[in-house]
Amino acid sequence: MTASSREVYREAVLELLPQDERLVCLDSDTGLFDKTAFPERYVNLGIAEHTLMGAAAGLAKSGRMPLVNTMAAFASSRANEAVKIDIALNNLPVRIAATHSGVSAGHLGPTHHALEDLAVMRTLPNMTVVVPADGPQTGTLFRQSLRVDGPVYLRLGRNATPELPDAPPVELGRAQVLRDGTDVTLAACGPYPVIAALDAADALEEEGISASVLNVHTVKPLDVATIAAHAQRSGVVVTVEEHWRNAGFGSAVAESLAEITPSLVLRVAMPDAFVPVSGGQRYLAERGGVTSAAVAAKVRTALRRDLR
Amino acid sequence: MTTTIGAPPGTAAETAARIREHIVNLCASAEGGHLGGSMSLAEILATLYTRVLRVDPLRPADPSRDVLLLSKGHGGLALYAALTEAGFFPATRLDEYAQPGSEFMAHPHAEIPGVEMPSGSLGHGLALAVGFALGFRLDGTDRRCFVVMGDGELQEGSVWEAASVAAAQRLDGIVAVVDRNRLQITGATETIDALEPLADRWSAFGWSVREVDGHSIEELETALSEPPVPGKPTVVIAHTVKGKGIPFVEDQPRSHYAKLGERQHAKALAALRKGAGS
Repeated sequence: MTASSREVYREAVLELLPQDERLVCLDSDTGLFDKTAFPERYVNLGIAEHTLMGAAAGLAKSGRMPLVNTMAAFASSRANEAVKIDIALNNLPVRIAATHSGVSAGHLGPTHHALEDLAVMRTLPNMTVVVPADGPQTGTLFRQSLRVDGPVYLRLGRNATPELPDAPPVELGRAQVLRDGTDVTLAACGPYPVIAALDAADALEEEGISASVLNVHTVKPLDVATIAAHAQRSGVVVTVEEHWRNAGFGSAVAESLAEITPSLVLRVAMPDAFVPVSGGQRYLAERGGVTSAAVAAKVRTALRRDLR
Repeated sequence: MTTTIGAPPGTAAETAARIREHIVNLCASAEGGHLGGSMSLAEILATLYTRVLRVDPLRPADPSRDVLLLSKGHGGLALYAALTEAGFFPATRLDEYAQPGSEFMAHPHAEIPGVEMPSGSLGHGLALAVGFALGFRLDGTDRRCFVVMGDGELQEGSVWEAASVAAAQRLDGIVAVVDRNRLQITGATETIDALEPLADRWSAFGWSVREVDGHSIEELETALSEPPVPGKPTVVIAHTVKGKGIPFVEDQPRSHYAKLGERQHAKALAALRKGAGS
């Protein structure tokens, strides 16, 4: 089964808009919504991302809960000052639904890739940062995000990604434990990173290495308690993300653990480089080294280092 | 001069005079302040707070209030002065300006009663106004959102992005005011990145344009109070003088930020009193 997080998000919005008068869908000509579906509280502001974020702040200040739609690259880089000053500084209940995150824009190229957005968004005070790992949890986490007081950044993809195997229900703010192991902790963020971690855990199990797999769908606030509990048991943490290796999810984990528990944190992430070629999301992520093989290799290296 | 909360406002002209006095006093404080661009705002803010805005200083978050956004955040001193004159907080609080730990910073901070949104980075107010006006329309109210901008600020691209969106969305609940003092930090706007023909620019963007003497309370009141052209946002281009009220400061770019020494302070206050008496 596969589902696209942005499609799931759209369906949830269309279901919730008529039920909740606070919600206003603010679009920037993304084409995600049919304007006739719910014209009362759908507004297409055009291709104007700064104005989109500023208007969302004004609308929120006037009592609404804007659902802002743009691509992750434009939300996090182009419109970042408006997100910072107008939304985050005022701690306003704006939900930023950012599609095409990571390399999910694929062949659209580096202008449309967003490999900086977690770094940008997680440094903003008051911001909650959510990265669903598959379609079904997108709907759940989006609904849960409506209960957050301040702004929320919802990192979505473009095309369908595989549905993850059955697991305990996702709860915003809590890492989802997909596997419980003893030798190593694989903390993953996003659809293909979680799949890479699960596949790596299978491979490592055959070698007698027992891995925990955490789906860390909430990057901020980070569930440090759960990650640290697993890290303390295993001593080794490998993070996996579809984001530049600097200042993203792995960095957030390393920063947090460095202050509370002596553990080795190794990052599997996209290299510190723009992606210069065409290809689908999975192809580009794997080309960037975000693979189950890379995760397993990090684990083996770390455990050897651990023994020394 | 102290004003207690809830005190009835004086006339707009008296209020403008007191706003100027506050600004001059604040610019004589340890850190100094944005003198020129605050002084040019005195009549604009005095007119808004005494004659135009539906706001209640005792209920700054009144859900039926009109909203004023100071998009040119470097006019913060003028806004603080106007808010204290309108009764939002006692004038003694102005002494906190730029003190360590104070919420009274050079650019307005939203914790201060009457300040709707923080500002300081230019080119944000009009997009915020788009959101407020969309909200007011959804609510079916006749609340208005006034946005006071600097003329130099209009060099920011985000202003024109939002101006275009406001017109496209037919947001006639927005009234923008341009403090057209013709100066920015390093010189005349027209020599750096010319704004003229400014009225034509706004018209071309689909706005209804009104031009006034920005130091005439009567002209300002008329322009700010008249109902909008249905479906069109309104811009009031207020022709002003940077540093207005202090002859040795007027129309000089270096008045943008000033720390007045003791003698300059006394001289400035004397000039204001002389001007008020003439």
